[in-house]
Amino acid sequence: MEQGETTGRRFAQFDEMHESGVCRAQYAMIRRWLDDLPPQQLALKQHEAELLFRRIGITFAVYTEGGGPERLIPFDIIPRVLDAAEWDFLARGLRQRVRALNAFASDVYHRREILASGRIPAALILHNDGFRPEMQDFDPALGVYTHIAGIDIVRLGPRDFCVLEDNCRTPSGVSYMLENREAMMRLFPGLLARHRVAPVSHYPEELLDTLKSVAPVNCPAEPKVALLTPGAFNSAYYEHSFLADEMGVELVEGADLFVDDNTVYMRTTEGPKRIDVLYRRLDDDFLDPLTFNADSALGAAGLFAAYRAGNVTLANAVGAGIADDKSIYPYVPEMIRFYLGEEPLLANVPTYDCGRAEDLAYVLAHLEDLVIKEARGSGGYGMLIGPCASRAEREEFARKLGAAPTSYIAQPTLALSTCPTCVESGIAPRHVDLRPFVLVGKEIRIVPGGLTRVALRAGSLVVNSSQGGGTKDTWVLEP
Amino acid sequence: MLSRTAGSLFWLARYMERAENVARILTVGDRMASLAHSLGNTGNEWLSTLRAAGCEDGFFAQHGAANGTEVIHYMVADANNPSSIFSCLETARRNARAVRTALTTDMWEALNQTWMRLRDLDQSAVVTEALPDFLDWVKERSLLFNGAYANTMLRNDAFSFMRLGTFIERADSTARILDVKYHVLLPRGEGVGGALDYYQWQAILRSVSALRSYHWVYQERLKPWLVAELLILRHEMPRSLRAAMEQVVLHLDLLAGAYGGKQGECHRLAGEMHARLRYGRTEDIFQSGLHEFLVAFISHIAQLGSEISDLYLM
Repeated sequence: MEQGETTGRRFAQFDEMHESGVCRAQYAMIRRWLDDLPPQQLALKQHEAELLFRRIGITFAVYTEGGGPERLIPFDIIPRVLDAAEWDFLARGLRQRVRALNAFASDVYHRREILASGRIPAALILHNDGFRPEMQDFDPALGVYTHIAGIDIVRLGPRDFCVLEDNCRTPSGVSYMLENREAMMRLFPGLLARHRVAPVSHYPEELLDTLKSVAPVNCPAEPKVALLTPGAFNSAYYEHSFLADEMGVELVEGADLFVDDNTVYMRTTEGPKRIDVLYRRLDDDFLDPLTFNADSALGAAGLFAAYRAGNVTLANAVGAGIADDKSIYPYVPEMIRFYLGEEPLLANVPTYDCGRAEDLAYVLAHLEDLVIKEARGSGGYGMLIGPCASRAEREEFARKLGAAPTSYIAQPTLALSTCPTCVESGIAPRHVDLRPFVLVGKEIRIVPGGLTRVALRAGSLVVNSSQGGGTKDTWVLEP
Repeated sequence: MLSRTAGSLFWLARYMERAENVARILTVGDRMASLAHSLGNTGNEWLSTLRAAGCEDGFFAQHGAANGTEVIHYMVADANNPSSIFSCLETARRNARAVRTALTTDMWEALNQTWMRLRDLDQSAVVTEALPDFLDWVKERSLLFNGAYANTMLRNDAFSFMRLGTFIERADSTARILDVKYHVLLPRGEGVGGALDYYQWQAILRSVSALRSYHWVYQERLKPWLVAELLILRHEMPRSLRAAMEQVVLHLDLLAGAYGGKQGECHRLAGEMHARLRYGRTEDIFQSGLHEFLVAFISHIAQLGSEISDLYLM
């Protein structure tokens, strides 16, 4: 496998099922299955899958567009398959990367050796929105900041995996990974039985073990875990309730919590109950009106003080976002070398920091070849895909860039790998990415696979569900 | 259990029950209006329908007079009316969604499918020719949901909070339905005991699925005091005030037992209300006035709801 920064080859498109016209080994049985399946049958199964999901209520509130607050994320029935060697490499790369991201967060909030060494500009950290000065010199349990990381991986060739983005705050999507497998088992039990697919359904147990392992030292007994959600109107609410259910923990909202004597309690029908670990799916800003955004009614007053007093663990830690900021991203390979003394296994995508004059000049001159993203945006909102944009859109974006260059980064338009996908006209290749979920507690655990997202529009590179993307089941074959 | 979860379960059950009861009340209203048409129009059936559903104030804030089409629309589909059937089912699902993890799959699917079907419905058709079918469908869906929860839910505190919601709402609704008769004035020339009077009592029994039960229990023609007795004091009648209060007392006691014996004002009040029904006599109720009795009961039920909320749901 290649190491270090990627070459960023641009237009050689890799299809995960066919390599130079020949079906790759791990897809052989799926190819035969597809060949034997009458086309009407395919459409029928696709329709069945849709009904299944609608019935069990997986919905995803999408912020823009009409169509009501609840909409289904399309599911594609053709699985995406990784063989054991591919997964083994990915898993090693992910562990390495997440260890470095945690070491970096810890360093930033303690001695800041990496800044002192000059490897990352101090201004980039200290003036970053993701940086929380309140966390200075605080020691979270076991020194872990990112307990649940979602690392977005794209594939550019048979041996060419890159990290597109790190998500160290509250990554979502794992419920789709679990439900997709469930759907495949219901729809195509025979096909699954013919493969040795690594199971994923133990993810909630692994998550619960991870959370319990980071209980605060002051925890008096068996740690009591709860999941904090912003509420039913949040786009990932289904996932919050699903995970709480699967783990058998309470799903709490801010109004359910109160803090007394630096201890966090939830209001129950039997009176107050102490909480030791809070898996919070709520941004830092909203956690505690006394410390952060004073207008927020989503968190609980005094929560941060209880956290600093060592009476509750927040997962992920406050301030963990400093490690996944898009402006920090270019430095992750350097972090791996600095903290671990290893060469990065997973490459970065070359990234231009528009805050730097020479990068900005390059970006402005090559707008039609680049993807421009907001340094702090997420979900595929507010981005420009140069090759697909009109001249007017590019000019409009150039003006935005000129006005606030530090708010943007740019990357080459990547030839993301494709996977065969059901579309109206039959089966056609569509671009995919992969978000594996890495759990960090006493040990690092990764459930084999992750969430494969697929851009359903022909030629589209945007896989975000908020932008019309769909999902696929991801199969990791056991050796 | 989280207090908020208990609250959502309580209100989920209440709003499902309310959707069903509004459908029942509308069925009676529709029937009375067509009867009145053939037996001599009094013109106030729709007004009494609004009163029975507790929708009178809200309706007249928007409308001048109570005519059939407007009342039906207000009670079926109006989003500004929190007790319209659409609003009830919407609120029920919202509460269910907030406690999705406390529900069984069967409960969720019964509710979610109802809601999805409702979303695709042509409102204007429902309000006109398809009304009876629609009301039957609502009743059916509510019965399905009640069946799903009675038969699949773990018998724990969550179940008790649902039960409390169902029976508090049902007691309130039966009292209101019975009170409609007080408001429906008989036209001049039509005496008490006349044909119209008779059909009105019959419609009330039908609305709570109790017409046949009446005949089984009393084996005689409809008499107002017997209808009232059946719907107030008979514990065999599952929608009577006494049967509902029996369930409320039972589940409050179960909760107290599960939570180490802790009781509150709601336990005392429910016990008192139940005792009155259990040992009360029809003659006494009629002597001091049926309407007055029902009004007092409705206000006690409201009080009980807020006491339950104080002890468990805050």
